[in-house]
Amino acid sequence: MSSTESLLSVAGLEVAYGRTAAVQGIDLVVGEGQVVSLIGANGAGKTTTLRALSGMMRPRAGRIVFAGADIAGLPAHRVAALGMRHVPEGRQIFAELTVDENLAMGAWLESDGAEIARRREQVLERFPRLRERLTQAAGTLSGGEQQMLALGRALMGAPRLLLLDEPSMGLAPLFVEEIFGIIEGLKREGVTILLVEQNASAALEVADTAYVLEGGRIALSGPALKVAHDPAVMAAYLGG
Amino acid sequence: MLAQQLVNGVLLGATYALFALGFTLMFGVLKVINLTYGFYFTAGAFAALFFTRYVVASVWLALPVAAIAAGIIAMACDGLLLTRLRRRGAPELSSLMVTVGAVLALNSAAAALFSPDIRRLPVGLVSVESFNFWGVRVTTAQFLVLGASIVLVGALIWLLRGTRVGVAIRAVAENPEAAGLMGINTGRTAALVSFVSGALAGAGGMLIGLNFNAIHPYMGEEMMLRGFVVVIVGGLGDIRGALIAGLMLGVVEVLTAGYIDSGMKEAVSFAILVLVLWTRPSGLFGAPKLRRA
Ligand SMILES: Nc1ncnc2c1ncn2[C@@H]1O[C@H](COP(=O)(O)OP(=O)(O)OP(=O)(O)O)[C@@H](O)[C@H]1O
Ligand SMILES: [Mg+2]
Repeated sequence: MSSTESLLSVAGLEVAYGRTAAVQGIDLVVGEGQVVSLIGANGAGKTTTLRALSGMMRPRAGRIVFAGADIAGLPAHRVAALGMRHVPEGRQIFAELTVDENLAMGAWLESDGAEIARRREQVLERFPRLRERLTQAAGTLSGGEQQMLALGRALMGAPRLLLLDEPSMGLAPLFVEEIFGIIEGLKREGVTILLVEQNASAALEVADTAYVLEGGRIALSGPALKVAHDPAVMAAYLGG
Repeated sequence: MLAQQLVNGVLLGATYALFALGFTLMFGVLKVINLTYGFYFTAGAFAALFFTRYVVASVWLALPVAAIAAGIIAMACDGLLLTRLRRRGAPELSSLMVTVGAVLALNSAAAALFSPDIRRLPVGLVSVESFNFWGVRVTTAQFLVLGASIVLVGALIWLLRGTRVGVAIRAVAENPEAAGLMGINTGRTAALVSFVSGALAGAGGMLIGLNFNAIHPYMGEEMMLRGFVVVIVGGLGDIRGALIAGLMLGVVEVLTAGYIDSGMKEAVSFAILVLVLWTRPSGLFGAPKLRRA
């Protein structure tokens, strides 16, 4: 993987909350069209990493090059304008807006009405449950439906890179399966994804490359298959 | 007699509602109790005064001039005073205290510059004609106040409910972080909301100036007392609540003045405020929600 074909490359990223460092110098590469999984225990710094990438937090140090531009420290709305879409931990849909309004906000940066309508139709085809609930306040959706809305809202931005923070968190097994099915589908369509997951076995299955984060540092990385067969990873994240 | 007072009350209440709407919008989106808000009301009235006196004696032009002037001042105040604090995630109390200081400075500067005397809009700006409906008298000025209030409130509701920008404003109000992830520039949204709120205050200032024909540097402070009652009774950030509570306060004030004593107006208003807070801490209409625009 040479840096010319990588959509995102991160070097020496450090992120802190006040004085406490949460991410302590990580390097990470996501190639165009790849699915990359970032796994790790609670508090390892996965969410913090994504927050720094999408501009929700200012990194303390390091370089983040996305689509050829150095984006470290840019505010979130400018990173979004470059084509990165972050589905944050806890979904963060706009509970008081309707489902349709949430989707419209996902396409905020697109001004062509016909293009917005086309994307909306695509999203509703992918998530038929949302179509039935377009005029409903998003806060009244079930957890699984909210996750689909969060994904659909991000897809309304026609992302070049999708950051997903624990899309299966708190969902019933059936929904988890559905979510991973959707991720598979996006992968087949060539969407580039950086996936953070607690569900390590599913995350390693769908990914091309994987990184294991421990205490804010990369403990291991490589092709997902190889990482999945690493004895330490098996013991710590795959239940033996 | 009662009918006349009810009509007067509703007309007065329309301006209160207009004024309170901007205040509640500002709080609902920017999450700051911005006490400089009263100054925008004064600024609008003075802008109208100077415009009609020295430029063109036209009510129709003076209203947008007052609104735009106050809107720009509001945007500047928010940008200078609060953007820094917002970016750093400063506690709400610091923002509140900054606006306390700022409004005292602004008001005393205005009093020093313009003298605290009461001024009047040019004679003949609106016709003194009044209309009689089954014994209820309505002046041209009152008609104008009502018409302008309805148009402005309608425009605000259309902005918030019927446009993409309005949806973005509500998105920022609910979750600025997530709004940023959508590509919404939250700083620009804050500036827009400040402008719209300031413009509503400025328009309110001009209309009250017209209705009572009295303009002075402390009129905004007096109005803020009512603004608080309306916004808290209606529920902070609740647009529909502010509308209803504004009309109610107008009627209550006029009836108190008519049947009890005009000196009791404030006493009654604040008694209502305290009662509402005791019984319904988040306002008459429940939790604060911009969604109820
Ligand atoms: N707002 C915050 N203020 C202070 N420290 C924080 C904050 N958020 C996270 N941290 C700390 O930063 C470290 C990394 O947290 P982060 O949320 O990135 O972990 P994570 O890998 O996403 O964990 P999880 O799997 O539980 O979501 C943790 O030690 C956490 O306590
Ligand atoms: Mg996390």
